Amino acid sequence: MITLTVNGVRHALDIDPSTPLLYALRNDLQLHGAKFGCGLGQCGACTVIVGGEAVFSCLVPVSSIGARAVRTVESLGTAEHPGPLQKSFIEHQAAQCGYCIAGMIMRAQALLDRNPHPTESELREHMEPNLCRCGTHMRILAAIREVAHLPAGNGASATTQQRAASNGGTQ
Amino acid sequence: MTRKPILLAATGAVIVAALIVAVWLMWQPAIAPVSPPPASSFDSQTKLAGARVVALGDCTVCHTAKGGKPFAGGLPLATPFGTIYATNITPDVQTGIGNWSLEAFTRAVRYGVARDGHLLYPAFPYIHFTRMSDRDISAAYAYLMTREPVSASAPANGLIFPLNFRPVLAFWNVLFLHPGERAADTSKDAEWNRGKLLVDGLGHCASCHSPLNLIGGEKSGHAFDGGIVDGWEAPALNALGAAPKPWTREQLVAYLRSGRASEHGAAAGPMLPVTRDLATVPEEDVQAIATYILSIQKPQPAIANASAAAVNQGETSAAAQRGAILFSASCAQCHGPASPMQTIGERPTLAFSTAVNATTPRNAIQMMLGGIGWHGEDTMNYMPAFSEIYSDQQIADLASYIRAAYSQRGPWSDVEATVAKVRKENNAR
Repeated sequence: MITLTVNGVRHALDIDPSTPLLYALRNDLQLHGAKFGCGLGQCGACTVIVGGEAVFSCLVPVSSIGARAVRTVESLGTAEHPGPLQKSFIEHQAAQCGYCIAGMIMRAQALLDRNPHPTESELREHMEPNLCRCGTHMRILAAIREVAHLPAGNGASATTQQRAASNGGTQ
Repeated sequence: MTRKPILLAATGAVIVAALIVAVWLMWQPAIAPVSPPPASSFDSQTKLAGARVVALGDCTVCHTAKGGKPFAGGLPLATPFGTIYATNITPDVQTGIGNWSLEAFTRAVRYGVARDGHLLYPAFPYIHFTRMSDRDISAAYAYLMTREPVSASAPANGLIFPLNFRPVLAFWNVLFLHPGERAADTSKDAEWNRGKLLVDGLGHCASCHSPLNLIGGEKSGHAFDGGIVDGWEAPALNALGAAPKPWTREQLVAYLRSGRASEHGAAAGPMLPVTRDLATVPEEDVQAIATYILSIQKPQPAIANASAAAVNQGETSAAAQRGAILFSASCAQCHGPASPMQTIGERPTLAFSTAVNATTPRNAIQMMLGGIGWHGEDTMNYMPAFSEIYSDQQIADLASYIRAAYSQRGPWSDVEATVAKVRKENNAR
């Protein structure tokens, strides 16, 4: 038996210990927020929070989780009552196809839990592992910036803004 | 009773003489500052030659902080004597080398003396750069002096006494600095001589790939026997025949230029940026390096393969079972036998991996903890990091499992303790 604590609820699952956490979440617990993207830890669509860290759930076997709490995007809010990050993602229309968004939100949540006011460079470095193939990274960053109370800008830190200005302001 | 004053006088004279010699060694004059030479004072051919010299010298690897501007310094280098920060070598007048003349730059490269006369720490490999030709030095100068000036001061070094007193370096230099160019070995061909010059001089390969003695000098007689840098093992360069598939010239050239060798693995840690630099230089330079490296091989004792008993024991233990489960979920997608990565792009099996077959688990542990990050469009290889996901025991279980499953060599010992140690070192950096 594998014991998992997901979104505050303890589950005992009779599954193979090498099952990736993502499969347990989706197939056994019916939590379909986290997505299967590449299965290689390259895209981040499967990102959930394990013990406070953003983790590629496609890459970790359920037996390795132990007592660490697992949080998925379903814990942040509902369609009727979205959480702050979810609300901001909607307001900024950060989703295009939407496949990466649950992973993006959970990676951002892990950062904000630890550091509610990150700098622009901390934000960018933290979000780097997650990929959006539609290319809405600028909207995704804008959505997170709003919740993190970072200046909106045109998607640039102070130094890149200067550089952008000297290049005629184009990005 | 006349002998005592004579003895005293003689002793005094010796002490005074020693002090004079010491001061003479330690004191270096300042070289007058110049106004930054205008970019137009360097011709484009010299700048281009300088770009090649600077790439071969890996200057940017140490002189660029993580996320910082190129050559603006600030990268911490952890040494057994404390942390030292790379300096700003952009042509900024206040914080860089903007007011250094070619004479001052040449003295720094050849003798480890800054423009104002203070002695540079040998983390700057002047004991190797001293072999460079005047032509290469002035080309590097032309290239660096035409970079974007960046105003950035490196943090103060945190070195232990007495090494925080720079003049003592004069005595270190007496032992380890043998300045100047060396005559070519006429019994060898031009390529070999070029390779030796690049390896011993500009490339300063021995700085990382040799063990250091107690005072931070390269151990005499042990050049290229392998060393430790930034928490990674820099493998011996004179035992390339000991790999599961002995290194060939083609493999070495491919590795150095692309960061990947199909029979050995991907460059990681401090070697990865070196391969990015070598990707930019003409292939003939890298071929010369490979030729020279292959000529310095030492006869190696046969490496004992693991006994069947040891392997079997590894396979049945609880740790090995945990390792197998972790491997199947975390590693097999890329490193497993039928995975796409194993069938395209000439990526080697873990059985060939230098890290997996190494004497200690250090580099295998570093790979699992840190992975290989993205690096923009020139990312050649990628691996996710597992340091935040797995405990010391889980990393150790994985390392031991991979060793038993993929290497013919015996099990590693004290793996979990090594993980804890490496992690602690990484966090302190």
